[in-house]
Amino acid sequence: MAQLDILYFAWVREAIGKDSETIVHPGAGTTIAMLVAQMSGQGSGYAEAFARPDKLRAALDQNFVPLDTALDGARELALFPPVTGG
Amino acid sequence: MREPGTGNGPLIDIRIDEQDFEAGVWLAQLEALGGGAVASFTGIVRGDDGLLAMQLDHYPAMTQAQVSRIVQQAQERWPLLGIVVIHRVGALQPGERIVFVGTASSHRAAALESCAFLIDWLKSAAPFWKKEVYADGRARWVEAKAEDEDARDRWILDQDRA
Repeated sequence: MAQLDILYFAWVREAIGKDSETIVHPGAGTTIAMLVAQMSGQGSGYAEAFARPDKLRAALDQNFVPLDTALDGARELALFPPVTGG
Repeated sequence: MREPGTGNGPLIDIRIDEQDFEAGVWLAQLEALGGGAVASFTGIVRGDDGLLAMQLDHYPAMTQAQVSRIVQQAQERWPLLGIVVIHRVGALQPGERIVFVGTASSHRAAALESCAFLIDWLKSAAPFWKKEVYADGRARWVEAKAEDEDARDRWILDQDRA
């Protein structure tokens, strides 16, 4: 069964309390926003991390994408706040 | 210190690591390319409001590739002989260098504009996150600023806008 690695960064990582996890791939048609909504019910850390979808950004297989993007065949999802480099 | 590239094509050097750097050393390499115009930006950690340290987090598997994409866009847009991008990660203290962008070209405008483009895009289109730690124990993740996104978006060409 296909798997999906999920990576967390910055305060998303701190709220959830881990930097990554691997889940059973929820299916090609599932969007990031749908997955995030499902995961919000997994506990207080997830609920806190995903409370403000407008403050959440994502990358699929290391490319920035909007949250309404379908997972398709991606193997790695990263969830994080807006970037603040430079 | 990494050696500059040899052979044909522009000098492209991207470093994402914890190492400090000497801007002058990189400027000298860009100057040696013979283009006649070198521009640079160096970012320093500010010590405002009792800031004790800055923690730079990043997405290692993605950072290099994303910065390479930004560098490639600069190359497609301006005639450049060299591009150096250095972005430090890890723990940094006020006064320390955090980021360096240097460009070399035969044209002054190309060197200046591409340098501004690169730092604007590094700020809001590469997977880095800053956390500030204060002397009184407070720590907070820096919030992205709308003005940084505006600075990035001013480079989007009219024909590319949706």
